[in-house]
Amino acid sequence: MAAHSPEQLNQDVLRPLVRTSWRFYLTGGILGSIVLAALAAFIYQVYAGIGVSGLDRPVFWGFYITNFVFWIGISHAGTLISAILRLTDARWRRPVTRCAEAITVFALVIGGMFPIIHLGRPYLFFWLFPYPSERGIWPNFHSPLLWDAFAISTYLTGSSIFLYLPTIPDFALVRDKAKGWRRKFYGFLSLGWTGTPRQWHRLEMAMRIMAVVILPVAVSVHTIVSWDFAMAPVPMWHSTVFGPYFVAGAIFSGIAALIIAMAILRKAFHLEEYLTPFHFDKLGKLLLLMSLVWGYFIVAERLTVWYGNESPEMAVYWSTQQGRFTHLFWFMVFCNLVIPFIILSIKQFRNSITGPVIASTTVVIGMWIERFLIIVPPLERKYLPYSWGTYRPTWVEITITAGTFAAMALLYMIFSKLVPMISVWEMKLGWRQEAESPQLVTSEARLTGAVPSADLPAPEN
Amino acid sequence: MARQWGMVIDLDRCTGCEACVVACHAENNIATVGEDQAARGRAMHWIRVERYWEGNFPNARVIYRPVLCQQCGDAPCEAVCPTYASYHNPEGLNAQIYNRCIGTRYCGNACPYNVRFFNFYNPVWDKPLNLQLNPDVSVRSVGIMEKCTFCIQRIKVAEFRAQAEKRPLKDEEFNPACVQSCPPKAMVFGDLDDPASEVSRLAQSNRATRLLEEVGTLPNVIYLRSVS
Repeated sequence: MAAHSPEQLNQDVLRPLVRTSWRFYLTGGILGSIVLAALAAFIYQVYAGIGVSGLDRPVFWGFYITNFVFWIGISHAGTLISAILRLTDARWRRPVTRCAEAITVFALVIGGMFPIIHLGRPYLFFWLFPYPSERGIWPNFHSPLLWDAFAISTYLTGSSIFLYLPTIPDFALVRDKAKGWRRKFYGFLSLGWTGTPRQWHRLEMAMRIMAVVILPVAVSVHTIVSWDFAMAPVPMWHSTVFGPYFVAGAIFSGIAALIIAMAILRKAFHLEEYLTPFHFDKLGKLLLLMSLVWGYFIVAERLTVWYGNESPEMAVYWSTQQGRFTHLFWFMVFCNLVIPFIILSIKQFRNSITGPVIASTTVVIGMWIERFLIIVPPLERKYLPYSWGTYRPTWVEITITAGTFAAMALLYMIFSKLVPMISVWEMKLGWRQEAESPQLVTSEARLTGAVPSADLPAPEN
Repeated sequence: MARQWGMVIDLDRCTGCEACVVACHAENNIATVGEDQAARGRAMHWIRVERYWEGNFPNARVIYRPVLCQQCGDAPCEAVCPTYASYHNPEGLNAQIYNRCIGTRYCGNACPYNVRFFNFYNPVWDKPLNLQLNPDVSVRSVGIMEKCTFCIQRIKVAEFRAQAEKRPLKDEEFNPACVQSCPPKAMVFGDLDDPASEVSRLAQSNRATRLLEEVGTLPNVIYLRSVS
């Protein structure tokens, strides 16, 4: 393993910005065509009417709202995790934060589209915002959907700033090394950064403020998303546990998404020296913790419903335990609890990169199913048995759902070609801090590559 | 003076003939969606007759229950609408402003009675059925919610006429289409705030119940049923 040096780091991290292989274009082309198919499906839906989806009465919400909740949940990867790691000054965070923060912004953009995609008249979505109208019409602030609109736009603004601030010095680094259009482009993005002590001071202040501010925003966003359901008197929606349950689920799926994204970046951009098994081990432990927290919440939710034994809730309860959703329910438990527990609680599995990636993949699938099982079964079995119904998605909904996964990957890919995916200056800062005060050099710092490892035994990779 | 419109439905009289359903379709320009769509649960009937069986054959007894919008006093559908398309009017009706609806369908989820209907497609009336549309009722387009209005067009006409003739509105001067067409006269409509009206007299009956009262919606539709 080569020694880490600042020059080597510059080269390794900035290489993807200038060199692009045919694999990138091939993957981009495939993903792009899936996105285009989804776009076509959406245009068809607007043209023909939302009847082309599988929605009906009484299941007025289906795949689209599932995707909405799922993607907003994924968005908790970044900001929340990276803000916590920054505030606690976890040293190993340095190569991880950028990947995480980028997930947040794109997942929010994608998740935020779904409330519009699912509207009966999507061209009127702006009626959700309080804009000056000559008729004095105002949106209804009692509606959780309006809280959503505000929460998500706040979170998107905040997390974009949170992503942007620590990239400014890196943009300046690229600007100084680049020629031609890149010099202009990154010159614009770096906002005239020259690295004076004054600028550093301001940047650190701003980042500290944002890290503190973004935490309550992130928690409130998914709480409000959960209140879309909890505020309505629908059996098994109307539950006080939903706020923390959704936040825990969001962090859970967010960590899983982060582990997958890191593994792909590591392979594609050859960042093996920076994103080490140590990081996957740490995130794997976090994933295991959240898996158990999630398990606790689902037991708390289900047990109280079963023990309470109210007939409308029991109708929903049994449809997920002994009805048409039974297989899906236990598959979800298998994905979210059994697999992560087996893989992540055994050190040998957790320490390999494959282990956490497999667990994360099942968690992402399991959490999507969880959102679906929260939304659809209660609507199918709502009070009066005479108007019970069923829901079956159509190709339009499936195409649009597939398109959003492709869109997420595509946006992330394009981003990784424009922005260094590891925070260069933070890595260097970490090295310098540890060189100046060697007592900080722990085995942990060595393993993460936070110090040059030339004179130390290299960690197993 | 604001009135509180309400309805009493006597389940002991209801024969389940569904004349109310037909009358409602004719009065309120409710589109028929066709076999395929109806099989997918997209049929729109602002009033429906639910059938329940009690006991086993040959001692079975059928109970019919017409279910329409319960015009809740504390309606879950109203609070959740982000655009105020679903709102509470001063006469106690859960009104739906079609032009303001953007189709979040949140009201439909929040309604415990499933009496809110969504236009999944633009409604069509094959010729010459288009000629029998009621000119007093707007035709709804794709992407919006619609629901029972207690025939608000009839309420308004009666109120304006009484106002023009400078007299108070008489009890049972007019009726919604379902009440008007009910052969066994199982349905009574009127002002629940007027202690002399037929509807408030019947609402005091010891047979009176409200549907899903435990949800706390304070319905303005009262069902009469003897407990056998």
